[in-house]
Amino acid sequence: MDCEQTIRQVYFYLDGELTSFRRWQITRHLNRCPPCQHGYDFELELRQVVARRCHDEVPEELKQRIAEAIGLFEPRPERRDRPTHED
Amino acid sequence: MADQADFAELAMPYMDALYSAALRMTRNPADAEDLVQETYLRAYRGFGGFQAGTNLKAWLYKILTNTFINIYRAKKRRPDEVDFDDAEDFFLFRRLGGLEAAQAGRTPESEVLEAMPEQVVKDAIEALPEQFRVAVLLADVEGFSYKEIAEITEVPIGTVMSRLHRGRKQLQARLWDFAVERGLVPQPPHAQPTERAAG
Repeated sequence: MDCEQTIRQVYFYLDGELTSFRRWQITRHLNRCPPCQHGYDFELELRQVVARRCHDEVPEELKQRIAEAIGLFEPRPERRDRPTHED
Repeated sequence: MADQADFAELAMPYMDALYSAALRMTRNPADAEDLVQETYLRAYRGFGGFQAGTNLKAWLYKILTNTFINIYRAKKRRPDEVDFDDAEDFFLFRRLGGLEAAQAGRTPESEVLEAMPEQVVKDAIEALPEQFRVAVLLADVEGFSYKEIAEITEVPIGTVMSRLHRGRKQLQARLWDFAVERGLVPQPPHAQPTERAAG
């Protein structure tokens, strides 16, 4: 496995979509080739940065709306007319 | 068969993730809210058909993606959505001088990455053509496998791979452009916009 082949497959490697033999070949090349290892580290970090930066929180109001729409909230219990006194 | 009574408990925890994806897909908060709401309503109604024990997250994303495609794609393509030529492999890394720096033992590219503001990354993703955008979101943000993405988007695995390949290259080219525009890179060495692939 040379540099060119490694670079071509580095995304499959990152995606976890290679056979264990191919993975092993690439790992071995990366361990022996600092520039490729460096490029791989960068791609990995880029992916983590992209994933981290793409998180948004649902507006509370939308959460409520959906919960109501799917009947998550029980209707309020009926008020009792005769409160019980225990004295 | 899944029990509808379990729906809220199982599906609600995915709402932030689905909303984030909906924002990237629709590119505006009002549409994203509608899309998420519609997704949850459809999922709730169809929950009886969901195989309990299978991948609920993938199932919800499939509904989200289908709803997006069916409802929102009807809206016109935005003018800034240009399918530009692919950049080379490791585009951003090479641009940031990584291969030379690697030999010198420095890592300035890492610093540039860390300095990328949230909005720059979001803008770069949202600028991708729709099919690439969806594939990149599902793989790189949500971590779905090629097979799962193929099922969610209802295309062959080969198509998923090619969309990812091109989408990621374009994303890197966009990030580079944004980094140059916003002065995140020390000095634009040759301030040309995205380069075309060699050859």
